[in-house]
Amino acid sequence: MYQYDQYDHLIVQERIAQYRDQVRRRLAGELTEEEFLPLRLQNGLYMQRHAYMLRIAVPYGLLSSKQMRMFAHIARKYDRGYGHFTTRQNIQFNWIELEQTPDILADLASVEMHANQTSGNCIRNVTSDEYAGVAADEIIDPRPYAEVLRQWSTFHPEFLALPRKFKVAINGALEDRAAIAVHDIGLTVVKNEAGEIGFKVMVGGGMGRTPILGSVIREFLPREHLLTYTEAIMRVYNQYGRRDNKYKARIKILLKALGVEEFARQVEEEWADLKGTEQTLTLEEMERLVAYFQPHAYETLPNIDVAAAHADNRAFANWLKRNVKPHKVPGYAAVVLSLKKTGVPPGDATAQQMDFMADLADRYSFSELRVTHEQNIVLADVEQSKLFALWTEIKAQGLATPNIGLLTDIICCPGGDFCSLANAKSIPIAAAIAERFDHIDYLHDIGDIELNISGCINACGHHHVGSIGVLGVDKDGSEWYQVSIGGSQGNNSAIGKIIGPSFSAQQMPEVIGRLLQVYVRERTPDERFVDTAQRLGIGPFKDFVYATPIAEAGRLVGEDEYA
Amino acid sequence: MPDQIIKGRSIVRNEWQLLRLAEGQEAASAEVPAGKVIVPLAVWEAQRETLAVRGDIGVWLASDQRPEVLKEDLQRFPVIAVDFPKFTDGRGYSIAFNLRMRLGYKGELRAIGDVLRDQLFQMQRVGFDAYDTRPDRSIEDALKGLTVFSETYQASVDNRIPLFRRHQRGTPAEHNDAGAGI
Ligand code: HEM
Ligand code: SF4
Repeated sequence: MYQYDQYDHLIVQERIAQYRDQVRRRLAGELTEEEFLPLRLQNGLYMQRHAYMLRIAVPYGLLSSKQMRMFAHIARKYDRGYGHFTTRQNIQFNWIELEQTPDILADLASVEMHANQTSGNCIRNVTSDEYAGVAADEIIDPRPYAEVLRQWSTFHPEFLALPRKFKVAINGALEDRAAIAVHDIGLTVVKNEAGEIGFKVMVGGGMGRTPILGSVIREFLPREHLLTYTEAIMRVYNQYGRRDNKYKARIKILLKALGVEEFARQVEEEWADLKGTEQTLTLEEMERLVAYFQPHAYETLPNIDVAAAHADNRAFANWLKRNVKPHKVPGYAAVVLSLKKTGVPPGDATAQQMDFMADLADRYSFSELRVTHEQNIVLADVEQSKLFALWTEIKAQGLATPNIGLLTDIICCPGGDFCSLANAKSIPIAAAIAERFDHIDYLHDIGDIELNISGCINACGHHHVGSIGVLGVDKDGSEWYQVSIGGSQGNNSAIGKIIGPSFSAQQMPEVIGRLLQVYVRERTPDERFVDTAQRLGIGPFKDFVYATPIAEAGRLVGEDEYA
Repeated sequence: MPDQIIKGRSIVRNEWQLLRLAEGQEAASAEVPAGKVIVPLAVWEAQRETLAVRGDIGVWLASDQRPEVLKEDLQRFPVIAVDFPKFTDGRGYSIAFNLRMRLGYKGELRAIGDVLRDQLFQMQRVGFDAYDTRPDRSIEDALKGLTVFSETYQASVDNRIPLFRRHQRGTPAEHNDAGAGI
């Protein structure tokens, strides 16, 4: 993974000094809260319902075991013993004292981490594929490019006060695992006919109040122009993005207003002056960065049929099936540690679990971990022969729930329990659903499905792109939930369609149950929920869900009824 | 207290008077006083004939105005100012960048309006060299804002060579430890 050199260290240290002084001035009353707000947001510090929340960057989701241990340390020393991994591959701590934030930054800097631009109206942490570097379908490892973008965007003088936040995702494989279509800029690595590497550039995706999928503005951008072209996009956006209305300030609105062609034309015009300037990437720089992401020192190993060797162990078989992913090197596999055990808020990990995961990384996976945008943790380089031993260990720590990609692998924002913007709670909804369907055979039968829950229209829980999306809404001061189906992320991204009037919290497990019943009845062999939903449209689902009244009480119907 | 601004990296006396139109005031009929005056773009455009003969006129741009409109006249102004109506409005940074890089403006480029200490470093990077900081804040304090960082990653107006071209940077071979730990 990337390691800081003297310049990265210097910049981070100077940043801490700057921020420490900003905090001092705020506390001394030299800065008003209004003035301090954009400064602290640029440092990932939000004021939440109960306390400050600090969001720490995990650039493109990649972590060393040391860095993970530092999170455990922060959780213990400055928070309440746990942290929350987010859909943007970052981590959040929910109980932070303002006075301590400079010290947290200093602790983070000691392991080459920071909280820069994890919030605010600037270019945010660049996200990427959690299987970067190990996926068999990868054209090129996106991480060196994500790193180049991280450095370029860090304290970019021109783009720290944009109309709105700005999110970039980059994907290097055939399959998009970085949800690029719902980012302000989505980059996908492509090769042209001459075999040269470049990027397909998508702009204007995003969720929130107005969910829109990005549009391609350039089919092939030679890779050396990555920074100048991105700069051109940013400059057009900075000048022309709307600033009169916060809800219309994202680049997606500008793109819609101008039209894709006109927007692309303006970018090209801006770029004409930048193309070929010193900011153009050099081969040397890219080679230098690529060298940090070289494949690990893999052993020469045969592929093993692990499943066959443990065919008698159903629990292990289930875990293999769901939580173990293919690896491009024979004899290895990528393992997803599930942070979705029933009863635990999705994405939460205790300090003890963090230390444990760091320890696992040291022993099983070249001391590296990745944060997924589904809020789980990946050990990307595990020897197949050690999978059983690993499973045995993680089972004891509650990290082996065999539910990756299944109904209980819920993406869920913090909602009303933590977030001051929430219209409704979301964690208890996830908990009630997980509890209701906590039956492994049933979950495996339902198969791949994404249940995404957001506590308000900001869509932190990605509800728009869930196979089933749940959105908390406020009606006359009480909490209700609107349900959509057919959303999807990845290569065939789609925005879900709302099935009808919203439901109470108590009705939600039954609503999900009914949607699944329709799916089980209507599916063709091997058809995923989302495909059935897209094939049939909302009609049959809507008809069935609303056909009879749904009991308010949490009447738990046996799962087998649906299976 | 005398009227002061930051110029370069020093505090100096402000020699320019800033003209802002009052609500409803017409650009064509607004009176431009004698002496060094920075006028709104609209006033320059409306009174160009009379103002162009004077050597003591500067012009200021609002954050939604394009510097390209000054293309023909650019080099005649000893000062161009860019207004920051609110410190969160970042358009002025791109205006400055384009004035310097695209249009090659060489004179004084001054930030006016809601200009606070924590913006100065960025402002200097995109080509500002003068700062009319908010009068309710200490200008001595604001001066410290110009020297926050000694290195930067990306190119801008102040330094057109990005870090990766400026220095021979580290390579993985030189690293053996990811930091000192806790
Ligand atoms: C608890 C404090 C949080 C606050 C105050 C907050 C605030 C916001 C706001 C205001 C938006 C809407 C932006 C817009 O599109 O206009 C948003 C969107 C989003 N946030 Fe959060 N958020 C919080 C937590 C989280 C968490 C925990 C996650 C990840 C689990 C997250 C990830 C996202 C994502 C992915 C979006 C979608 C935006 C898009 O692409 O359009 N946020 N958040
Ligand atoms: S979706 Fe709304 S409630 Fe949930 S974290 Fe985001 S802003 Fe808060």
